[in-house]
Amino acid sequence: MAHSYTPGLKVLKSTEILKERRLPLKGQLECKTGDSVKPDDIVAKTDLPGNVQMINVANQLNIDASDIENYMIKAAGESINKDDLMAETKGLFGFFKSSVFSPVDGTIESISNVTGQVVLRESPIPVEVDAYVKGEIHDIIPDEGVVIKTNGVFIQGIFGIGGESRGRIKTIVDDRNTEITAEMITDDEKGNIIIGGNFIGLEGFKKAINCEVAGIVVGGFNYYDLDEILGYTLGVAITGSEEIITSLIVTEGYGKIQMSQQTFDLLKSHDGKFASVNGATQIRAGVIRPEIIIPINKSAVSGEQSKETLGMMVGSLVRVIRSPNFGKIGTVKLLPSELRKMESETLVRTASVEIDGDTFEIPRSNLEVVETD
Amino acid sequence: MNNTNLDTISVILATDCGSTTTKAILIEFIDGEYRLTYRGEAPTTVEAPFEDVTRGVLNATMEVEELSGRKLIEGDNIISPQKDNSGVDIYISTSSAGGGLQMMVAGVVKSMTGESAERAALGAGSIVMDVLASNDGRKPHEKITRIRQLRPDMILLSGGIDGGTTKHVVELAEILAAANPQPRLGQNYKLPVIYAGNKNATSDIKNTLGDLTDLDVTENIRPILEQENLKPSRDKIHDLFMEHVMQQAPGYKKLMSWTDAPIMPTPGAVGALIEMVAEKENISVVGVDIGGATTDIFSVFQKQFNRTVSANLGMSYSICNVLAEAGLSNVLRWVPFDINEKELINRIGNKMIRPTTVPQSIEELVIEQAIAREALRLSFIQHKEFAVNLKGVQKERTISDTFEQSTSGQSLVNMMELDLIVGSGGVLSHAPRREQSAKMLIDSFLPEGITALAVDSIFMMPQLGVMANIEKKEIAKQARIAALEVFEKDCLIRLGTCIAPVGNFEGKKNILKAILEFSSGEKKEISLDSGQLLMINADYQEIDILLTPSSGVDVGAGVNEEVQTKIYGGKVGVIFDCRGRPLKFSSNTNERISKLENWSSALEEYPILEV
Repeated sequence: MAHSYTPGLKVLKSTEILKERRLPLKGQLECKTGDSVKPDDIVAKTDLPGNVQMINVANQLNIDASDIENYMIKAAGESINKDDLMAETKGLFGFFKSSVFSPVDGTIESISNVTGQVVLRESPIPVEVDAYVKGEIHDIIPDEGVVIKTNGVFIQGIFGIGGESRGRIKTIVDDRNTEITAEMITDDEKGNIIIGGNFIGLEGFKKAINCEVAGIVVGGFNYYDLDEILGYTLGVAITGSEEIITSLIVTEGYGKIQMSQQTFDLLKSHDGKFASVNGATQIRAGVIRPEIIIPINKSAVSGEQSKETLGMMVGSLVRVIRSPNFGKIGTVKLLPSELRKMESETLVRTASVEIDGDTFEIPRSNLEVVETD
Repeated sequence: MNNTNLDTISVILATDCGSTTTKAILIEFIDGEYRLTYRGEAPTTVEAPFEDVTRGVLNATMEVEELSGRKLIEGDNIISPQKDNSGVDIYISTSSAGGGLQMMVAGVVKSMTGESAERAALGAGSIVMDVLASNDGRKPHEKITRIRQLRPDMILLSGGIDGGTTKHVVELAEILAAANPQPRLGQNYKLPVIYAGNKNATSDIKNTLGDLTDLDVTENIRPILEQENLKPSRDKIHDLFMEHVMQQAPGYKKLMSWTDAPIMPTPGAVGALIEMVAEKENISVVGVDIGGATTDIFSVFQKQFNRTVSANLGMSYSICNVLAEAGLSNVLRWVPFDINEKELINRIGNKMIRPTTVPQSIEELVIEQAIAREALRLSFIQHKEFAVNLKGVQKERTISDTFEQSTSGQSLVNMMELDLIVGSGGVLSHAPRREQSAKMLIDSFLPEGITALAVDSIFMMPQLGVMANIEKKEIAKQARIAALEVFEKDCLIRLGTCIAPVGNFEGKKNILKAILEFSSGEKKEISLDSGQLLMINADYQEIDILLTPSSGVDVGAGVNEEVQTKIYGGKVGVIFDCRGRPLKFSSNTNERISKLENWSSALEEYPILEV
């Protein structure tokens, strides 16, 4: 059977999910293999080296850099508190002294007799990594982190903003083709992950932030509305570090696009369940897509395993990802092997796709397999 | 593969390991000339599950093997030397896998040693993540935080002229030491740092950085204010790229043992080739490679080579950044139909999040090429600002210079001097019509006078660049010949020549007369009006041309001066562009659209637009 490899987004009812939780530097682990963890549990922690302050003591004392050691009160390696005397000139008969005080708590890291600079390092900054999802410690990465295993629903979005978040799933629209409006969002949604249909506008998103909604999963969002949310124009799709309390996960793309039936039905069927979401997206080599994970008790897992991705085949459910027909879902009817000339005169390999009863010839690279189980 | 010692090199295999695809080309000596015969490609295998770049190289080579019928691989090795119908004489490779070479550079004065260091790093093919300078306005702790965040592959530290003050460059070294930067590709080696600054500061630099980093000292990049000495730093960057950075990437040790010349960073190799072409032909060249994330521009003017990377101007991953930097109105001025602006913004956003899509409709193609024009235009502006004379040089001025405001730091880019523009990257190399590539190059670079246009057919400039720069004596000469022959015959698709008069001729008739004499003996006489764009179909052949500008018009030899020269046709032919410089767009939508349609139909750019 003819098939083609096209990247698809995962919409899986039940799968085994492995999540790596890693420290930025080596540190200590707070759990062991086999431990059960909840999303808020700390699994690893470390101290980042403190910030560095550089002070030109020679300039401040008006001395030659090469003489600096003679005027230092504290030596390299010694700790020092904020406002402690660090260096001082002898003055004249004890008067007219010049002094330099430490601007921070820290340690004297080095003293340069070439430039007259003193390097002060502030106290270390503690960093903790939590479990993010409910599950079991599957593996240990010595001194660096853990791998957590959980079973459940796994859905990828196309684009997101905001980092990791968690809360209860709540579908607030009747169908996948309904927009989330500001009126639909109330204080009752605080801490929830709300599921919408085809779109959320700027007003709705702002209301969600005000109501402290944990996350929004929706079909579409306006690219130009991101400017106001982020405070800058998003030039490249690298997100996740934004400091907003409401993570946004867009499942289909920019504009008003109804959420795919599979995604909507699956999320709706888990209304009230606790989920972990992450809006972090990186569209570069080694792509990262935003995700929704809904852990399910092992007993509730049907035992069905997700199918291996086979790429696009005749019969595959596909989504059109570029105009014309953008956002529509159809079924592959034919995968001709020869190159075809499009209206733009581009020669490409195509697929014949049936959408709402009509058949269209579409470049394969403009199609995305909707991966389901 | 070190036993090559031949009278004639007859088979060469070259690969380029890109971030996503590894491309292999086979060059053979047939009927007295070197020609590209076969090409193959396979996914790059630097990342899991393979984590061995040679796997992708062997897969791409295997494709060449199957197509050519020539046995190239034995077990897991490339066969060398060649014999009968198997093996190759030379194997070489370039690499930009894993994000290429990412560097940070530092200099005392940002516009002087900072810029020289940046030029050296860019010229060696690296991405410059940041330029640190004593006068960059950032506080020491801000610089330290930045260094820690970026985790470069390598740092080039420069500063001060020989014999000048040492204090500032040592201060920079102290900042580096305080940051204690960790290399990007692992914790098991020290970060390579090249010192190319005031030689009197060398011992202090060694004391400050010697233990913390893998410090290498080379000649000062700016020994005196009036002189820039980039080559030693560029060579050192290439050496360390091989010795340190590449050693960390999976499979590269094995790949390095296969090759007959050091593996070069891909853009470094392209630059080397462009530099060589300019030198051989004694011409000024601009080369551009527009990719998904970045646009690289290379130029040689007045025998000086420059390269810039516009890090966030590209056609997919950073397409929204082109929109943000250029502004919607600048993109839309190239679009000859009305479109809902907000819908267009969302469409472009959707291309960013789904970067592999292709334009299916004419409307989508026009929009994509409009964005490409702006990406190229902005990248070229950045290039012109960077490719300048040395700054900070004092000039002796005579009475005759009184009215000439030339200062140091002037751009080297002179469009009237430019002889050849070479374009590459999907949107230029794979445009459905070559006329579209030619028009995109003309609209965004705005060449003046007589300029030849070409595109790189399958982006093989990187491989040819390495071939042209093999240092091994016994093969260097022939490899260079092969590289140039293939570049001329198979790499470049000649589009033709653009002839663009400049001057104050708006609204005038008969601003330029041209007499063309083709190799067939056929003669053509034309007269051109202001605003006119005219294409004359002519294959790649020598054409004698006499150009007579009207009063106040310059077509290459100076105002009012006639030009008699030889030009070449190509896939598109000879294009007369009398639209003037810069291009002017009407603020009236209907007038603008009508003008765009005229320009487009003059070049048969698109099939009839029905949008």
